[in-house]
Amino acid sequence: MENLETLTQQALAAVAAANDGASLDQVRVQYLGKKGEITSLMKNLGSVAPEDRPAMGAIINVAKDTVQDALNQRKEALENAALAAQLAAESIDITLPGRVVQEGNLHPVTRTLERIEDFFSNAGYHVAEGPEVEDDFHNFEALNIPSHHPARAMHDTFYFDATTLLRTHTSPVQVRTMEAQQPPLRIICPGRVYRCDYDQTHSPMFHQVEGLLVDKGISFADLKGTLEQFLSVFFERDLTIRLRPSYFPFTEPSAEIDIEWVVETPNGTKRGWLEVGGCGMVHPNVFKHVNIDPDEYTGFAFGMGVERLAMLRYGVNDLRLFFENDLRFLQQFR
Amino acid sequence: MKFSEQWLREWVQPNVNTQELADQLTMAGLEIDGTEAVAGEFSGVVVGLVTAREQHPDADKLSVCQVTDGTETFQIVCGAANVREGLKVPMAKIGAVLPGDFKIKKAKLRGVESFGMLCAEAELGLAESSDGLMELPESAPVGEDIRTYLNLNDAIIDVDLTPNRGDCLSIAGLAREVGVLNKCAVTVPAIPSVAAEVDDVITIDVQASAACPRYLGRIIKGINVAAPTPLWMVEKLRRGGVRSIDAVVDITNYVLLELGQPMHAFDLAHIQGGICVRMSQPEEQLTLLDGQEITLNPDVLVIADQQKALAMAGVMGGEGSGVNSNTQDVLLEAAFFQPLAIAGRARAYGLHTDSSHRFERGVDFNMPRMAMERATALLLSICGGQPGPIVEQSSADALPTLTSIVLRKARIEQVLGLPMVETEVEDILTRLGLTVGAHEQGWLVTPPSYRFDIAIEADLIEELARIYGYNRLPVRTPAAATPLAKRPESTLSMQDLRRALIARGLNEAITYSFVEPQAQKRLDPEVDALALLNPISADMSVMRTNLWAGLASAAAYNVKRQQPRVRLFETGLRFVPSASGLQQIPTLAMLITGARLPQSWSAEPAACDFYDLKGDFESVLVRTGMQAEITFSRGSHPALHPGQSAQIEKNGAIIGHMGALHPSVQKSLGFKQAVFVLQVDLDAIRDVNVPSFADLSKYPEMRRDLALLVAHDVSVDQVFTGIKEAAGDHLCKLNLFDVYVGKGIDSDRKSLALGLTWQHPSRTLTDEEVNSSVAAVLSHLEKQVGATLRG
Repeated sequence: MENLETLTQQALAAVAAANDGASLDQVRVQYLGKKGEITSLMKNLGSVAPEDRPAMGAIINVAKDTVQDALNQRKEALENAALAAQLAAESIDITLPGRVVQEGNLHPVTRTLERIEDFFSNAGYHVAEGPEVEDDFHNFEALNIPSHHPARAMHDTFYFDATTLLRTHTSPVQVRTMEAQQPPLRIICPGRVYRCDYDQTHSPMFHQVEGLLVDKGISFADLKGTLEQFLSVFFERDLTIRLRPSYFPFTEPSAEIDIEWVVETPNGTKRGWLEVGGCGMVHPNVFKHVNIDPDEYTGFAFGMGVERLAMLRYGVNDLRLFFENDLRFLQQFR
Repeated sequence: MKFSEQWLREWVQPNVNTQELADQLTMAGLEIDGTEAVAGEFSGVVVGLVTAREQHPDADKLSVCQVTDGTETFQIVCGAANVREGLKVPMAKIGAVLPGDFKIKKAKLRGVESFGMLCAEAELGLAESSDGLMELPESAPVGEDIRTYLNLNDAIIDVDLTPNRGDCLSIAGLAREVGVLNKCAVTVPAIPSVAAEVDDVITIDVQASAACPRYLGRIIKGINVAAPTPLWMVEKLRRGGVRSIDAVVDITNYVLLELGQPMHAFDLAHIQGGICVRMSQPEEQLTLLDGQEITLNPDVLVIADQQKALAMAGVMGGEGSGVNSNTQDVLLEAAFFQPLAIAGRARAYGLHTDSSHRFERGVDFNMPRMAMERATALLLSICGGQPGPIVEQSSADALPTLTSIVLRKARIEQVLGLPMVETEVEDILTRLGLTVGAHEQGWLVTPPSYRFDIAIEADLIEELARIYGYNRLPVRTPAAATPLAKRPESTLSMQDLRRALIARGLNEAITYSFVEPQAQKRLDPEVDALALLNPISADMSVMRTNLWAGLASAAAYNVKRQQPRVRLFETGLRFVPSASGLQQIPTLAMLITGARLPQSWSAEPAACDFYDLKGDFESVLVRTGMQAEITFSRGSHPALHPGQSAQIEKNGAIIGHMGALHPSVQKSLGFKQAVFVLQVDLDAIRDVNVPSFADLSKYPEMRRDLALLVAHDVSVDQVFTGIKEAAGDHLCKLNLFDVYVGKGIDSDRKSLALGLTWQHPSRTLTDEEVNSSVAAVLSHLEKQVGATLRG
């Protein structure tokens, strides 16, 4: 049995010395294979006295298990090492930028309009659109601005002929909607409008969004509440707004909408009011033009410049940037 | 309109400072654009009297003057040409500080000592520039501080009035408003009637009484037209933005600013016979005061004599009949013209005058007599002369009437959301000068003649809100009472459509709807674009008939700025004239040029091509599930490359075009590289197929790959069609996975590698079935397009 002990030690040494799967397998075959040295001891048990066989067998089995365990462990260790080596070889520079699919982006005017449409859709308003080449009736007459009305001078209008023009506001969409539908009405009218005026603060084309709510029992208080909420939601802060009496032929009372604006300057904090739009209660004459009974229904309308809102929201300082479509500008609105 | 704050305060004395006054007016709807001091900041300047003047011994252009302030005499060296003995001038004494913090010290000019400085208007901030010293009238009290003497502690207030508030285009009107806002009394200066001293009258024949319901004339004889306008009047006019011309004109302008009544003065010697107020005659000519010779339109109201038109009523006088240096007798005019008879007439001749501005908006029809008396009194005191009696022609039928308006108590609450207290309603309306009477539903209110803007109940409610204060009115959230919004699943939302393109790397652009006509013509030569009558400039003068001109211009802008990859889309209307009228068609347009992919370690550098753009467009169609409805056929758009263009069709109708810009168009638009554009009717591609479930087959797919050789001019579309016709009912997928041209293939032909997949819904297909389908496909394609299997 000294032989077994020596044999076991030899086998364990051989296991430890094996450096790869093949040599380890050789060791297994040499000791535990069908003709292996430890296996053959078991086969030779027949030559041992019968009463000694169980003890002898047990001893050989222990030796066999010891070697097998060592083989298994060594195998696992070798596999682990191989995997580790493979993984090390497969290492990549994870700081390389990802494979590019460069997204585009919305124009800031659309981005602004989509937000506005979203807010008002949630409050039950529908988006209404209409033609941009308009007739005099829908752009002016139906809005209580007859020809020769001095208010026409407030709208520097592009004309195609005496009665065809580019709409100067999106209010004709309100008229067209009221012509087609009876109250209750909740609509917003976004879109392009045109004024014959071009400098740093005026663009011959810009965007407006107008809102109209007509129902029974709608008052100036509802208008104030709607504007306060909208502007606070749009700018995402508690905003002080101020309504300043003004004049639009199609609303009465009419007001300009100002928001309080705080600007930090090198000389300290400056507070001021910035005009963002106009509003008012729908003029009874407008209702009469579209056959809505002004005694039964009241309504409010408001309109705002989309570029103006976008400029305030995103800090854009030049109106003309919106229509140059410089990618360096557009791509800032991701 | 600009006005002097001090002038206003002569009429009304509210206990508020300049800024508070401006804020008050702004919040009452009379928007103040700004306030400015009437003079620069200065001190230590008094009325000086030049008692002696001598030539400077060593300088031709300098004078050595002795100037007294009444108590002391100073030697002052002066370079102005108009300095002379006896002249009264503003004198800055030693220690004075002039605008710009300029301190006056003792000085030596060419060896002569000078103790102060004589000033020009510009040096005191009274004018932009001036020519020589400011000459003060002889009556100026020597030694008095100039600021006191000229009433310079005043501000010019600029008010931007809305068109309805013509009643505030005067000191009188603004004073009324300030009085209402501050609940304080308005002091109207006493304007007594001036009795006639001579009997001279002129006949006034008002033929156009509807346009001119009231006309007053008065002769004043023997005036001194050369009399200087008093300084106080010059200053009030200047502060009101009106330049002093001569005393007579200044007086009419003064009355216009003070009372809001435009007036005119004729030289009586130039009126033949009497005055006739009539519409102009055909081709009638008139030379205006500004020298412009015009042919009068038939809708122009004129003031004429027996022979010819003398003035454009309410707009501008004529050159021949105005007051001039020889005038001795004048005819003063004060009239009421109907706003509609004046509106637009000035603009038709490129004119805009203080008079037309007021008459267009409306003036108080009861003001002419008061204005006439005011002007007469001023004229007599400044120019002397003897007044005749006032001749008035009024037609009661044509004059506006003061009508009463019912103001319902309930309506106030309905509109304002506030049950206003009755006494408050009455107080506000009364303060505004309205007559308030009782009515069963509320009140019967009569506006005064100067509030011609108030005609209906809504006008009264606005006045209540305005004076009560918009910002004191209640705030409420409207109750949501409408049904859920419809969001049809069968229509692709614009938000989703835009995001499909953004995901493909396109940037949304917004370009002008009016474009440069040449570019427009190049990109859509077969359509005549709608032209604007009054474009802002030639390069924005026609309405786009497609969206390519704007996108091309935006792309060129970016390419010039070294952008290697430009991908743009725009949605908006295009404007297509047609036999049935102008069509305004919602349109999607796209443009790509430059690199296919952003430069990157992972991307092969390559220029974009037709298929990039087609893929971008198809990414939108994928979102609708309607790819099969939209087909492409070879196009012939004149702006596109004939070999690389397609027309986009739906149910056989053309809905758009795409392709490479024609090389000559590309070049003319300034591109050195290929540019690919697409345009399609938005409404045609927004139908969405709402999914309808089909059972999933449990049986395996069978796939066969074919490599087919076809001639170059055979389109993939033809091959696909042929396959679908012959492959039997159970072909479920058809995929083109390679197109090869080159080595190993006949140069006339291309190789198409196709994957065909069959699947049966309810059983496993056999090899024999699939093989026979393949055979059928091959034989069909050979017949149809001459396809052969690649060996």
